[in-house]
Amino acid sequence: MALASSGRRFGLAAALLAGASLLAAAPGARAALDPAHKGGTLHLLTHAPEGTLDPQINYTLKNWQLYQFLYDGLVAFQKAGGSAGFKIVPDLAEAIPTPTDGGKTYVFKLRKGIYFSNGKEVTVDDVVHSFNRIFRVSGPTAGTFYADIVGAPECLKKPAGCTLPGVVGDAANDTVTFHLIAPDAEIMDVLAVPHASILPADTPDKDLGTTAAPGTGAYMIKSFDPAKEMVMVRNPHFKVWSEAAQPDGYPDEIDYSYGLTDEAQITAIENGQADWSFDPPPADRLAELGTKYASQVHLTPLTAMWYVPFNVNIEPFDNKDARQAVNYAIDRNAVLKIFGGPALGTPTCQILPPGFSGYEPYCPYTKNPGKKWSAPDMAKAKALMQSSGKIGAPVTIITEDTEVSRDIGTYLQSVLNQLGFKASVKPISQDIEFTYIQNTKNKVQMSVTQWYQDYPAPSDFLNVLFSCNSFHPGSDASVNIAGFCDHKIDADMQKALTTSITDQKAAASMWAAIDREVTDASPVAVLFTPKHVDFVSKRVGNFIFNAQYYWIMPQSWVK
Amino acid sequence: MSGAELLPAVAWDEPALPQEPARGYWASACRKLARDRTAMTALGVLALIVVACLLAPLYADRVSHTDPFASNLNGTITLGGQDVAVMQPSTAGLGLGVTPIGPTWRWGPYLLGADTQGRDVAARLLYGGRNSLLISSLATLICLVLAAATGTIAGFFGGAVDRVISWLLDVLWAFPVFLLAISLSIVLISHGITIGPIDISAGSLALPILIIGLIYVPYVARPVRGQVLALRRSEFVLASIGLGMPDTRILLRDVLPNVMTTLIVFAPLMLALDMVAEAALSFLSIGVQPPDASWGTIIQDGDTLLYTRPIVAAAPGIAIVITVLALNVLGDGVRDALDPRSKVRVR
Repeated sequence: MALASSGRRFGLAAALLAGASLLAAAPGARAALDPAHKGGTLHLLTHAPEGTLDPQINYTLKNWQLYQFLYDGLVAFQKAGGSAGFKIVPDLAEAIPTPTDGGKTYVFKLRKGIYFSNGKEVTVDDVVHSFNRIFRVSGPTAGTFYADIVGAPECLKKPAGCTLPGVVGDAANDTVTFHLIAPDAEIMDVLAVPHASILPADTPDKDLGTTAAPGTGAYMIKSFDPAKEMVMVRNPHFKVWSEAAQPDGYPDEIDYSYGLTDEAQITAIENGQADWSFDPPPADRLAELGTKYASQVHLTPLTAMWYVPFNVNIEPFDNKDARQAVNYAIDRNAVLKIFGGPALGTPTCQILPPGFSGYEPYCPYTKNPGKKWSAPDMAKAKALMQSSGKIGAPVTIITEDTEVSRDIGTYLQSVLNQLGFKASVKPISQDIEFTYIQNTKNKVQMSVTQWYQDYPAPSDFLNVLFSCNSFHPGSDASVNIAGFCDHKIDADMQKALTTSITDQKAAASMWAAIDREVTDASPVAVLFTPKHVDFVSKRVGNFIFNAQYYWIMPQSWVK
Repeated sequence: MSGAELLPAVAWDEPALPQEPARGYWASACRKLARDRTAMTALGVLALIVVACLLAPLYADRVSHTDPFASNLNGTITLGGQDVAVMQPSTAGLGLGVTPIGPTWRWGPYLLGADTQGRDVAARLLYGGRNSLLISSLATLICLVLAAATGTIAGFFGGAVDRVISWLLDVLWAFPVFLLAISLSIVLISHGITIGPIDISAGSLALPILIIGLIYVPYVARPVRGQVLALRRSEFVLASIGLGMPDTRILLRDVLPNVMTTLIVFAPLMLALDMVAEAALSFLSIGVQPPDASWGTIIQDGDTLLYTRPIVAAAPGIAIVITVLALNVLGDGVRDALDPRSKVRVR
């Protein structure tokens, strides 16, 4: 998922890197809520909302961070800090079932006495409908995360009104049975992400847009004005059934306001007028935050990447030499300076982030290619440009209208012009940029975006971003932004997925090889892996950073 | 004693209707303008700005030694015998942030410091001035030509022609000028425009020139129309019409020369307005496109450095203020020299 304008994904990799963070999140089991701190309103800020409120469609970190306390799935990532945040625990299901039938059948028993925010009790029908709905609304991960459910291929071909025969409800026994086409080592991960949120059975089979669906979380969306703010309040029908999966929260209300510039957001937090901002702090305030407000800054390494997808299906980046030329020419240290300096990230060339399962350091796009990026190789880049025959080609770089994204775009424009392209930069609203660059109708040649782990598995980067199944021409939900489709690499990924069920070590080696293959094909230019900067107001206490969903907002107090 | 001797001497008043300017009129106006010290000072300041901007390539090559259009994030300069990074990572506290080098205040690279891309601000300021002055000058020319044409035709021919043209001007005038400029820019800046055989690409300077030139036409056309309406009833024009002169000849020989003073008075004032409009559009990223510079784009670059390097935004802002002030003062002087009774004001 993309971060600022896309979704973010947290995963095991972030947990593995927790030891390197300057302010490590609290590890281990959660403590019970301290009643002395309960109450108050948490004020959050961001530049703009990001897309639909529909949890089965929205694929942005901004919303996934909220969905963790608005909605529930059959299972969930534990709401704990550090590496504990990667553990999958039962949520609406009583327990995580042991698979049968050679790993292809899972029977979940639904807890009783859990209610949606509209007062309706959660039933087996709601679960069955929710999974059918993932396909009926053509969710962005229907073809990747849930493709192994029996009936999924047919539903992908004809989504309207489709029913998955592989999801069977038994109301008498309160069970839901999942039948898979083949064993899936990541099935629990994909059931834990917000796209598998359980919604009421009468939720319409279309994008909900600005209408919030009732959820079972500790909070509910009371109002949403995309031009102004989102207000979340306690779900009146919520009772804690699992502290690990869905704990109660401290604040009575969480307001998420829109419209302030990056600079104004930081000033508001410094003045105590707001508590936190989703957007990265502007570069010119970082030094101030790192010195004067150091105690309010939390830095955490992430399993994520800032990267530049090339559209491999249109000019000029339908040419591999042209793509590789750009890869060789980019000075990743320079890009990091725009992001905020070497303290905030690590330059990289490859897809998988450091510390990730299957990660083996690899960087071909540098002087002295090897394991690590060191410097750009402009001579090699220019030689590739000559052989590409694309000198003089016009290129438009799409960026978000945020400071960092726009400045990276301006830098890339300079690089492309040096290579001989005729480059221009077009910043567009953060609210629409991620979906805009996915839709092939917009003929986006090149863009600047980010990807954050959905769950801790190499397939979440490689399969989700580069498989043929992730490319949906003409759709806003086509996270294979580059439009890359290599059937040989696809076959390798399927083999790695199958192998991971029985032999994690062998699968990791396979993913490492796939990482190298995709990196060499150069459908994207990976820039760096970032650290996350959270700047909170003085009154925010008990800051817990969850490797899966970042700051668990309701677990912090303001009183 | 003749009857004439009995009559008291009477000073005949000059006719109320305007007359065709005498040849000595322009010379007299120039002398009057030359004697206006404030206007001449303003003219001198403007000349200095124009010359400095024209010398931008020389400055970039010989003084700054940088390419003001290319990012220079890893560059260094020598200050006090030491190599100093153009983009300086913070070393205090948590070590967050990178700050561009500040003004060196010495004749050489980074006189006014660097921007977020490590580019020399002083060099970009001069190049930006070239674009800002070019765009506002050409936009003013387009505005005055279109305004003269429409105002003259509407005022001279009257009737249905006047009604149609006045209606079009009213429609254009009804839009708040910046809203209209922004709307046109957003639509055209993405894909450019093709007018017959003329194809203007998306990043071309011709787009902001045309847009800014167009939006201010009513502001000049209306006073011109009013003046032409009065001229239409003047004796020499009526005489020409009565003699059967072609309309084209009357317009070119009798009407336009009298309208010229109004246009000349408007020129510096429109130049000032157009400069502000260009800066606004470029600040909003819908005027001059990167990596080209204008004073508006440099202000936008400095918007994210207000806390650490305010000079990046302040320098082009000050340049705009000085230039617009000088143009307004010069405009007042020109008006006083050419037509002191004129009520021409641009609101």
